[in-house]
Amino acid sequence: MTEIIYHDAVYPLQPDETVLDALLRNGVDVPYACKTGVCQSCMMKAAAGEPPSSSQRGLKPTRRAQGYFLACQCKPDGRLIVGDAGEVIAARLMEKTPLNARVIRLRFEPESRVDWAAGQFVSLIRGDGESRSYSIASAPVRDGFIEMHVQRVEGGAISPWLHEEAEPGERIRLRGPYGDCFYLSGEPERPLLLACTGTGLAPIYGVLRDALALGHSGPIHLLHGGLDESGLYLVDELLDLAGRYSNLSYTRCVLNGASKPGLVVGDIGELLLQTAPSFSGWRVYLCGAPDLVRLMQKKVFLHGATSQDIHADAFIPKQV
Amino acid sequence: MPNLYEQLGGDAAVDQAVEIFYRKVLTDDRISRFFDDVDMDTQIAKQKAFLTMAFGGPNHYSGLDMRQGHKHLVERGLTDEHVDAVIELLGESLQELNVPAELIAQVAAIAEGARKDVLNR
Repeated sequence: MTEIIYHDAVYPLQPDETVLDALLRNGVDVPYACKTGVCQSCMMKAAAGEPPSSSQRGLKPTRRAQGYFLACQCKPDGRLIVGDAGEVIAARLMEKTPLNARVIRLRFEPESRVDWAAGQFVSLIRGDGESRSYSIASAPVRDGFIEMHVQRVEGGAISPWLHEEAEPGERIRLRGPYGDCFYLSGEPERPLLLACTGTGLAPIYGVLRDALALGHSGPIHLLHGGLDESGLYLVDELLDLAGRYSNLSYTRCVLNGASKPGLVVGDIGELLLQTAPSFSGWRVYLCGAPDLVRLMQKKVFLHGATSQDIHADAFIPKQV
Repeated sequence: MPNLYEQLGGDAAVDQAVEIFYRKVLTDDRISRFFDDVDMDTQIAKQKAFLTMAFGGPNHYSGLDMRQGHKHLVERGLTDEHVDAVIELLGESLQELNVPAELIAQVAAIAEGARKDVLNR
């Protein structure tokens, strides 16, 4: 029986019918435009069941790996559960460590097993229902904990509470995972560019540790940018990693301050272009301040990376 | 006789062309400002839709979609010279992919057909 389950309702498919047509035929209001697999307006995610690979054409490899597909091109072979609500798990705060004057590291122990990837992000939901998104800096399966780097946002709903009030033992809920900023195994020889600002290092650190653990053999260039040196963190750990892995280079970029070995003064958007004459063939991950991420995304694309190989995660502040 | 879309190489050709075409669009002083504040991934999906249409490929875009999609740009000063630039860059992109001149002319003619809708005239 070919059928789809969407928002808990079952819709049988007629022969040769697409997921989009079946939903529209049943009066379900879903976004779409071109109906030819090009505009990606009708992109959906399979929560269970395999979407046919023909419905994943043109999607980024990280999206395909998560089960995203284009509803207008999808004629499933069997039952497909459609949805992107994410799963909700309970977790307990294990430890809280300052990383610099404004950023703390939190480690949560999940109360059920999750296969979330390092670099994806989740919603952290407090007991009263208030929530904010944070990136995963650990590999939950391998490490057994979920690590986040949280910067204190003045007047914020969650970060001041995490900084000042939440203590080890505190229980919260996590919903996710979201985002396509994660390491792809396969093609371990391809060069990686990892560029981030501020706590954009959290997902980047996750991607980096995954790449190293999974035996990435190509060069890895990590750039971490901040206004000045006090905005950077995990410097000793990253210097240590760069010392142990000969294919890893680590550059700190600050706008203000004096340059010294490993620390460059300048705009990270300009400095990253000096990493290589061309980013053709590279995989690129960009995380942090939204304006800078979008700018770096364009620069890296114009510097030779294909759009499919650029994974950007702009940290957009929650609108309240 | 294969149709234009098939002669150009279908969706694989669109994927190749959009990477070249969008680089040209982003660096062309005449039109790059219209693309300053848009999300790159969204924009590339739209460029693919446009190229698929210009290649004579399957599409369900109506003149109305084209009008609505460009209305805010017309208000920001989008005129004939910008449409000229886009068609020119499209031609240059296809030249780089060694597409024969007579096929480029056919693509340009299809793109030309969208001019009135794009400019909301």
